[in-house]
Amino acid sequence: MLSGLVLTIELTVLSILCGTLLAIPLAVLRVSTLPVFWMPVYGYTFFFRGTPLLVQIFLIYYGSGQFRGVLQDLGLWALFREPYFCAVLTLALNTAAYIVEILRGGIQAVPTGQIEAGLACGMSRSRLYQRVIFPQAFRFALPAFSNEVIFLFQSTSLVSIITLLDLTGVARIIAARTLDVYEIYLTACLLYLGITYTIVGAFRFFEVRLSGHLRGSSGGSEAHDKQAIVLRG
Amino acid sequence: MDLQGYGWMLWAGLEVTVMVAVSAMAVAVCLGLIGSWAKLSKSTSARTAARIYTTVIRGIPELLLILVVYYGTPTLIQSVAEGLGFEIVLDLNPFATGVITIGFIYGAFATEVFRGAFLAIDPGQIEAASAVGMSRQQMTRRIILPQMWRFALPGLGNVWMVLVKATALVSVIQLDELMRMSFVAMSATKLPFTFFLCATFLYLGITIMSQVLQHYLEAWTNRGLKPAKV
Repeated sequence: MLSGLVLTIELTVLSILCGTLLAIPLAVLRVSTLPVFWMPVYGYTFFFRGTPLLVQIFLIYYGSGQFRGVLQDLGLWALFREPYFCAVLTLALNTAAYIVEILRGGIQAVPTGQIEAGLACGMSRSRLYQRVIFPQAFRFALPAFSNEVIFLFQSTSLVSIITLLDLTGVARIIAARTLDVYEIYLTACLLYLGITYTIVGAFRFFEVRLSGHLRGSSGGSEAHDKQAIVLRG
Repeated sequence: MDLQGYGWMLWAGLEVTVMVAVSAMAVAVCLGLIGSWAKLSKSTSARTAARIYTTVIRGIPELLLILVVYYGTPTLIQSVAEGLGFEIVLDLNPFATGVITIGFIYGAFATEVFRGAFLAIDPGQIEAASAVGMSRQQMTRRIILPQMWRFALPGLGNVWMVLVKATALVSVIQLDELMRMSFVAMSATKLPFTFFLCATFLYLGITIMSQVLQHYLEAWTNRGLKPAKV
């Protein structure tokens, strides 16, 4: 059970990390006014947000088998043969699509006046992003981002279907061997529940720290305090 | 694309997927109405029960919940029955299990949607209704429910989109929906990419159609309202 928990957390952290790194440049392209830049990114996010994660996992894990020859020539087959690699790849691509849209919201929430002021001071695009847009966009995006982390954490349970032994996978195997079905599954449920609400608590703490200057009469993080997890979609 | 005569399987799977999704959505809406009523009721026990329901459901992966209900419940009932000296063999129907589990999960999300919608109704109208002497029932039927749908629709559309994607998970309990049918077709033809890509596009088709439908429904429920001038 514990080894499964470790794998679940490992997959979550790795996928969030890769997904975020991929999402940041894509989000910048997404808010571009040139269709050449935003259209492909929009297509990517539409595809990954509009289809079930399970199909995406199967498409990459089983689907890569159809191109075995090509992948072998490229020397990539050893990677695609591994369920672990396929799981991280799919989870990262999937979460990146959601994070792009979350960051887009954050970037667009930065007041126009500040961007104009930055340009008027003669800041270059990259400096503007670095000093004005990103620091605020990340803060605006944090509540939605914490939601996404929780959803990804729960989505990792799907990797048990492609033979990986994460928390759900281990629970399935133990349940099948010992026949103590509901005790095992309920233990797994409690573990997921505990970690989910630990993540919720950690992010709330982080948000309060980041929005310290906004607190007071206006109440910066009050709105989402009521609902710990809202639906992603 | 050459589907080697297995295209009909995908189509049959799509029908089951839509059926599961629509039935589960109906369950979710009913549970959501009950749940939001409980969350806003004066009774502490009803509020606590609703709170536990939404908190627990949103903290556990859907896949695990499906497994718990499908494999766990029969064992639990059987061992309870054994303890009481009965012998029963319980075999759950995958369709019913899938619909109930998914409906149960998304009922928790629908609860929050309906709660928000109830709270969005202008309190002045409820006061006016009681001032003209309407009973609680009349108020609910004539004032609250008709307007609540309008506020709930965008949120419910969101729940529907996520719910459709969650139906792919019931393939693990051997229900012949789109995912499982593509899996079967793929095993027979050895063309995994082709079939899963087709399945992907079918899911995308459902998503696009739902978005269009939602747009028209929202326009219909908001008829007669002046759009805000910005």
